[in-house]
Amino acid sequence: MTAMTARTATTAAAGPKRRRPRIGRALLLLVFAGYFLLPLYTAVDFTLGGSRRNMGHTLSIWTGLIHQDGFTENLMTSLKIAAVTVVLLLVLMVPTMAWLHLRLPRMRRLVEAVCLLPMAIPAVVIANGILGAFKSWPEAITGSWWILVFEYVVLALPFTYRSLDAGLSAIPLATLVEAARSLGASWPATLWRVVVPNIRTAIASAGILGAALALGEFTIAHLLLLDTFPVWTDQAGQQDGEVATTAAMLILFLSWLLLMVVSHLGRSRTAKTPKLQKTQTRTMQSQKPEKVGTGE
Amino acid sequence: MSAPTVASALTAPTARSAPSVELVDLSRSFGGVAALDGLDLTVAPGTLTCLLGPSGCGKTTALRIIAGLEHCDRGEVRVDGQDVARVPANKRDMGMVFQSYSLFPNLNALDNVAFGLRMRGWNGAKRRTRAGELLELVGLSEHAAKYTHQLSGGQQQRVALARALAVEPRVLLLDEPLSALDAVVRVQLREEIRALQTRLGITTVFVTHDQEEALSVSDQVAVMRSGRLEQCAAPAEVYADPATAFVAEFIGTMNRLPGTLSSDGATVQVAGRRLTVRDGGPQLGGEVAVLIRPEAVRFELSETGAATVRQAGFRGPITRVVAVLEDGTEVLSDVPSASAAELVAGRRIDVVLADVPVLVVER
Repeated sequence: MTAMTARTATTAAAGPKRRRPRIGRALLLLVFAGYFLLPLYTAVDFTLGGSRRNMGHTLSIWTGLIHQDGFTENLMTSLKIAAVTVVLLLVLMVPTMAWLHLRLPRMRRLVEAVCLLPMAIPAVVIANGILGAFKSWPEAITGSWWILVFEYVVLALPFTYRSLDAGLSAIPLATLVEAARSLGASWPATLWRVVVPNIRTAIASAGILGAALALGEFTIAHLLLLDTFPVWTDQAGQQDGEVATTAAMLILFLSWLLLMVVSHLGRSRTAKTPKLQKTQTRTMQSQKPEKVGTGE
Repeated sequence: MSAPTVASALTAPTARSAPSVELVDLSRSFGGVAALDGLDLTVAPGTLTCLLGPSGCGKTTALRIIAGLEHCDRGEVRVDGQDVARVPANKRDMGMVFQSYSLFPNLNALDNVAFGLRMRGWNGAKRRTRAGELLELVGLSEHAAKYTHQLSGGQQQRVALARALAVEPRVLLLDEPLSALDAVVRVQLREEIRALQTRLGITTVFVTHDQEEALSVSDQVAVMRSGRLEQCAAPAEVYADPATAFVAEFIGTMNRLPGTLSSDGATVQVAGRRLTVRDGGPQLGGEVAVLIRPEAVRFELSETGAATVRQAGFRGPITRVVAVLEDGTEVLSDVPSASAAELVAGRRIDVVLADVPVLVVER
């Protein structure tokens, strides 16, 4: 009885202590939510005319955006750059990363370090470096949005490397590839039919991050005197703050939409295949004996 | 599915005559360490050969070289007399089953089985029919739509087997396919694999480190050690007539008793008995160790016996009794459990050896 009382007392004393971290976490979450959401709220409110109290809220700036000079052209240019950047990134990086994991695992650290370099190098250095590297290329490339594609491919390398590396590390790549090869699959077929479907979420993440970067990058495009949507937004902002803010919000919501699509893809993938194991052996030991020839 | 369809699946692989597989002077090193060191092996058409040996003996390396998943530094891999050592894995027309199943998680069981057919350009309906037949062959028709995580280990390995057989491979390669399964499923599946292999008449190389598995399923057992072949013979011969001391002690259980070799090396004096030395034994002379199986040893109760029972372990129909000679040497005997009741710890016994030719090695 004494022991029981003592235990109850201990539990009672521990109760509020356990709750405290939960309250702390909730408070912390609220602070961070406020830090991120408040500026967004005020920006959206601004684009809806909330700052002009006498007019009330209106969607006129959003609906009028499409009629702004240069809006459609620059948005299309940025979307084009984002699409080509993503395709080029994935075509370059998926086979490279798969090869790295399969044949050169010891080189992974070195390649990772190289891929992370763009994060440490100032944008102006990257811009000039790539201009220098492509100076012998035709003006049609170096003087157009194409040069930005090459810039953004380099800038997106850190995100792409990390996403694909995580995806490839989560599957038993070597045995899947060997199984495909032994069944008659060529290297391209193995990559397309086996590797890509099994790292679909990682590829989508890499693509979305690359697209988000290409859609929102300003500094290099501005330095190279090229017209993209962020550059147009900056110029529009010098004349009309509401239009610039609305355009910025549009890009932000587009990126969010893309991220939500990826997240949804990831969730449906997880529901279909709970967890890919490095060796698919975890369930073997605990299975019930089966009836021969029936699989029961 | 109707019986005739299954029958067509069963007979299809035998439509082509099964080839032989020959490994000639096969060598492979990893960082200066020889995994294979001049391995020679012949697998007769339509037979099942087990590569058996301890971890690191090179058996998996040999199998992967046959499959084309690993290259050899020297030597030849001949299939039906043609060297395929330089042929890429996807062109070798071999089916392989891996220890870790290696089913494609993004495909269901049916599509996994159909994968190899797709790579060979079969159209959708034809390959699905064929894959369905193969799934029926391994008893998994009703699981065709399931994904790998919805199947048990045994079922996954059956799907893997069906997938390897679907492409009608010239040679079937099995890399420790049962080692990740529990004991009951392992025994059932190995019998099933053997039955299928016999019915299809497909040339098969089976890698295992489990000697019981190797002895029970194969036409010939190739015992390997340090990248070399120690012995290649029928299971009964490997067990009863081991070529080397390593094979003798690796396969089954072996007593190692002190003995004295006659001057001509023909007989050996051991445990009060003179036994014939097997041909091919080393010409050692003098003090040697005699290798003799527990079933060739009999214990007789005797108050003046030269040994004492240390322990008796019940193993169902037989009981393994461990006795100790006066010099401390342990002797094992497999005694029918019905007559082992009196062989309890501390009883004095006489050790009686059967009059069989024995292998002698350095003590």
